[in-house]
Amino acid sequence: MINNRNEIVETIRMIQEENLDVRTITMGISLIDCMDTDINRSCEKIYNKVYKYAKDLVKVGNEISKKYGIPIVNKRVSVTPIAMLVGVSGGDPVLYAKTLDKVAKDIGIDFIGGYSALVQKGFAPGDRELIDSIPRALNETSFVCSSVNVGSTRAGINLDAVKIMGEKVREAAELSKDRECIAASKMVVFCNAVEDNPFMAGAFHGVGEADCIINVGVSGPGVVRAAIAKTPKDASISEIADVIKKTAFKVTRMGQLVGVEASKMLGVEFGIVDLSLAPTPAVGDSVAHILEEMGLEQCGGVGTTACLAILNDAVKKGGVMASSRVGGLSGAFIPVSEDAGMIDATESGALCIEKLEAMTAVCSVGLDMIVIPGDTPAEVISALIADEAAIGMINCKTTAVRVIPAIGRKEGERLNFGGLLGYGPIMPIRKLSPKTFIDRGGQIPAPLNSLKN
Amino acid sequence: MKAIISVVGKDTVGILAAVATKCADYKVNINDVNQTIIDQYFTMYMVVGLDELTIPFTQFVDEIQAVGKEKNLKIDCMHEDIFNMMHKI
Repeated sequence: MINNRNEIVETIRMIQEENLDVRTITMGISLIDCMDTDINRSCEKIYNKVYKYAKDLVKVGNEISKKYGIPIVNKRVSVTPIAMLVGVSGGDPVLYAKTLDKVAKDIGIDFIGGYSALVQKGFAPGDRELIDSIPRALNETSFVCSSVNVGSTRAGINLDAVKIMGEKVREAAELSKDRECIAASKMVVFCNAVEDNPFMAGAFHGVGEADCIINVGVSGPGVVRAAIAKTPKDASISEIADVIKKTAFKVTRMGQLVGVEASKMLGVEFGIVDLSLAPTPAVGDSVAHILEEMGLEQCGGVGTTACLAILNDAVKKGGVMASSRVGGLSGAFIPVSEDAGMIDATESGALCIEKLEAMTAVCSVGLDMIVIPGDTPAEVISALIADEAAIGMINCKTTAVRVIPAIGRKEGERLNFGGLLGYGPIMPIRKLSPKTFIDRGGQIPAPLNSLKN
Repeated sequence: MKAIISVVGKDTVGILAAVATKCADYKVNINDVNQTIIDQYFTMYMVVGLDELTIPFTQFVDEIQAVGKEKNLKIDCMHEDIFNMMHKI
């Protein structure tokens, strides 16, 4: 039964004027059966398996896009954390990165994630080698993304890993300083990482997942902002929450349709829809602008955390009903360089890293795509990771850090990554030294889950 | 199976005829047409039946979009499922 005229007009307007799109179809592929004690054989098996499973991903994505008239911006692949394969094969982990890069290029996808290690409670064979190779791997490849999970609510935080990751973030930026420090934008440090995340740089295919699945990430900040803009300025905040829920429902239904269709066409099990509001640097596709539409003068001022909490919660409530399977990160993303409103707020001085940290306590992930001064010491980055991981650990949520030290640039300058990654002005960061704390190493104990105050 | 054809652009002679001809070429049945002209801008939504469509749907989308390019209009064709999914529980 075809809908009434208003519904037709609304759907078309959402897509054509308000930047509604499916951000990504991500195929998760297990590499457990590719492990081999010979690293070359292992790489060959990976290439063959990823190629076999994902060779039609781009074609199918484009067909669905054409059939429904809905843009599907990225097609991606996530794989089993590569550290596990390194543990079996030994050898230079960068060989794996190059294999993933080659297959990504050959099948025409946008990113491949899973150059990852899970070290929240300690290092298993392969973990240290992989982590050590991350800057080099990301500098020598174009499509590979990397993530490391350093903490969880159940395990606590591995402070040794936190220390190393601060150094690796710097190293990645330094290696790629002639290319806008781009390597650091492709790595993320997690606490409570999820196994079915379709978004980059943090996507990997968890060991608890099936052999191959299709996960979908939706987008649509522009649609939510436009819906709020239509409500009267004196509408109560409960009405605003209701408007967000209804809009999130519609956005998610579209993701569900695309996910089911893609899984049918590819003959692969449907995984989850990630109910995220993912912004882009395009005008009209900003999470910050939603917060401003809710009634803030500018994102970053007092009230921002409360508005973001309402938004994040309402997006989930609306989305859950719209999809048969929900997962991933599911919430509102706040990547600074990928969001026109966040960029403006940083340039005007309204938004600072401390406020962003507070916002991450109520948003979907964490400190994301933030350009920090190039002379920031590694231990300061490590301590930033520790702070963020602590928020995730205590609040039983995923948090992450993806910061890019702007090597050789001065305050007031910016890094320009291009495309979906956008551009970011350098955001000042406090440099009071946390060195003694970070150098202690060891494990931050897992928190108590009662007496919650 | 149905689809929605949407047309937006500057009003010129023969827009409806061009779209309708293309539909007829591939046995696409026009069930309903809604059109308005606001400030010389022509906006039309057409509900069409695809039961007897003679070519694959995505190819028909290409054909209908090509009419848009010829006439300097934005013409899209979207499968009905997206509207149904979005607005019906």
